[in-house]
Amino acid sequence: MKLLITNGRVVTPTGVVQHDVRIADGVIVEVGPHLTANGETVIDAAGAWVGPAFVDLHTHLREPGREAAETIASGANAGALGGYGALVAMPNTEPALDNVALVSYVMAQGDKTPLDIAVAGAITVARKGESLAPMAEMAALGVRLFTDDGTGVQNPLVMRRALDYARGLHVRLAQHCEDETLADGGVMNEGPLSARLGLVGRPAIAEEIMVERDIALVRATGGRIHFLHLSTARSVALVRAAVAEGLDVTCEVTPHHLLLTEDDCATYDPQFKVHPPLRTADDVAALRQALRDGLIDAVATDHAPHAPELKDLPFDEAPAGMLGLEHAAAITHEALGDDPVRFFAVLSRNPARIAQLRASDDRVRLSAHGGDVAVGEDANLVIFDPTITWKVDATTLASRANNTPYNNRQLHGKVRSTIVRGQLVVHEGALQ
Amino acid sequence: MSFRGRNVLTLQGATRESIVEVLDVAASFADPNGGSPRKRDDLHGRVVASIFFEESTRTRLSFETAAKRLSADVVSLAVASSSVKKGESLRDTIATIEALGVDAVIMRHKSSGAAEQVARFAPNIRVINAGDGLHQHPSQGLLDVYTVREILAARRGVASVDSGSSLFAGLKVLIIGDIRHSRVARSDIDAYAALGAEVRVAGPATLLPSHFADWPVTVVTELDAALAWADVIGLLRLQTERGTGAFVPSLSEFTFTYGLTTERLSLVRPEAIILHPGPMNRGVEVDSVVADSSQAFVTTQVANGVPVRMALLALSLSTTKEPS
Repeated sequence: MKLLITNGRVVTPTGVVQHDVRIADGVIVEVGPHLTANGETVIDAAGAWVGPAFVDLHTHLREPGREAAETIASGANAGALGGYGALVAMPNTEPALDNVALVSYVMAQGDKTPLDIAVAGAITVARKGESLAPMAEMAALGVRLFTDDGTGVQNPLVMRRALDYARGLHVRLAQHCEDETLADGGVMNEGPLSARLGLVGRPAIAEEIMVERDIALVRATGGRIHFLHLSTARSVALVRAAVAEGLDVTCEVTPHHLLLTEDDCATYDPQFKVHPPLRTADDVAALRQALRDGLIDAVATDHAPHAPELKDLPFDEAPAGMLGLEHAAAITHEALGDDPVRFFAVLSRNPARIAQLRASDDRVRLSAHGGDVAVGEDANLVIFDPTITWKVDATTLASRANNTPYNNRQLHGKVRSTIVRGQLVVHEGALQ
Repeated sequence: MSFRGRNVLTLQGATRESIVEVLDVAASFADPNGGSPRKRDDLHGRVVASIFFEESTRTRLSFETAAKRLSADVVSLAVASSSVKKGESLRDTIATIEALGVDAVIMRHKSSGAAEQVARFAPNIRVINAGDGLHQHPSQGLLDVYTVREILAARRGVASVDSGSSLFAGLKVLIIGDIRHSRVARSDIDAYAALGAEVRVAGPATLLPSHFADWPVTVVTELDAALAWADVIGLLRLQTERGTGAFVPSLSEFTFTYGLTTERLSLVRPEAIILHPGPMNRGVEVDSVVADSSQAFVTTQVANGVPVRMALLALSLSTTKEPS
């Protein structure tokens, strides 16, 4: 497939240039002003940003085990519509991705999709937090992130050993920071609203105490860590200090923690139940500030499909989690304002670096992501139009599930086209 | 705002006028001689479903009696024998009930917010919350303030229906015990505060809500002084099923610190009204001597539940449904 993207505003790591982009055989072959079509399919990107396709560090694809909620194929479609060229599949499937056979299975299923599906392996066997999973064997298959996400590694000694062990493997551990004993089975942010609603709270300190603990463990081990879905102002402050200290700490924020607050739980709608929980407006402001000023490396979706009947349960019984892939870019755009450089940094360049997807040299199955829009780069590109205003319709999602908290919400900015490995996967907002 | 034509989900935000209206209607239903309210035909031809997803004796009987006193047809879903036990979702259960053509659902559920969710699932029927998790128990809050108003009106020789909320002006209410886990406390506090009473709460910090600076209450740390201060003392059931040891070291230590013991009764003003929503843990939050004393109005509360719940049902089902 040969493509020519015209009239777009190409977003580089430092600015925006009015360039056309020619793609052939999965690679960018020419970038410059006013290119002339030579038999290619022409994509008019007038008014839109053209940049590296997005990379999601945090996707729950549910396969194997909960295919009623999502499959790798349906999740890839949702990702493509959201502008993603690569997804990191989380290991909290059933069974958990804690060994080579299961990782291989997900990779093989991923290879059937048009996207690049990377895999995060579990840190501990069955994500039980007790004994280390065979990380070296999984790393040899190309796994570069390990996490017990869904929960954090609760035992500090196990986490210390994992950080030490991972150091020699050139991989990064990713932590879901919530101390389960302090979280106490809570279902929303602990505060005046949870007390009023009679819902058990998950306090901010449950998150912050594990962020603080893991920073101490990174300091002690010389290891590296990625903090998943930070949600409080104090968590951000802790990471800021750790980065200033020179520790190898990266972090992400979700779209929902950049947009929604605990007030959305006031009607007991389980669509707004998520772990860590939606916090306060002050937390949202702090997260947005840290995303703008560069402390937060990435926006990651924590895309968490759940079968519809499970979100019809009472709030305290319903599972936690919400969809994210199809709407993350618009929400990131809203949170950042008109800052295309930062937009592509947090949605593509930084997550690609954290997931070690910038180069394709050490992995045959995945192409390179998060690079410049430059000759010779793998053609993983997205065309995002910041001027389109549209309304979310939960009945028309590509995900098998429909548990979006954004139904009927007006969003600003939309993915028009997604190109992965030179293939036009989404064009004008529709799967091809 | 009024409960007329509306769901009854919470007392949070209920106006003084809406509460007084319930109390006045209840007083008009009550038998002036203290007997059972006489049968009326307000809800003749209407169908009321009583669905208790959580065990209850007095609330269920009280609501069903109230509905029958109003000549409603009452169907009750015994959860143990229903498809809820077979894994049917709350939404499907309610859809079934709605399809049967009921006008109102009286429901109790162990999950906070379940009644509000059901109201969303079934917008065409009236939902009466008979207790949802730790959240609210509106009819209990209303029958508690009704009980207080009837007692004070009788003592002052005024007709309660003429008193409005005047008997609550400056009334000193002390609520003791497990506020954190109590839906009764939340509804009581809302009702007393809306009527103009001054509410204080006492309990170990572990059994107070984690954050409640915005509640219309003050916390007292000296129980003995507060007992001498109070016109009304509301006791709460210590939710022993939530695990002793997690919140208080032992039941006996709770009794030692916050139980209304026989010794502490001597501190209570002789005219003070002692209430308990039941079922009581005798010997834990209240000694039997206190529970059976002339200052305790526990059985009066139970008796008053019927006219108050009649009033709630009659008001809620009185007109076409208002948007909630």
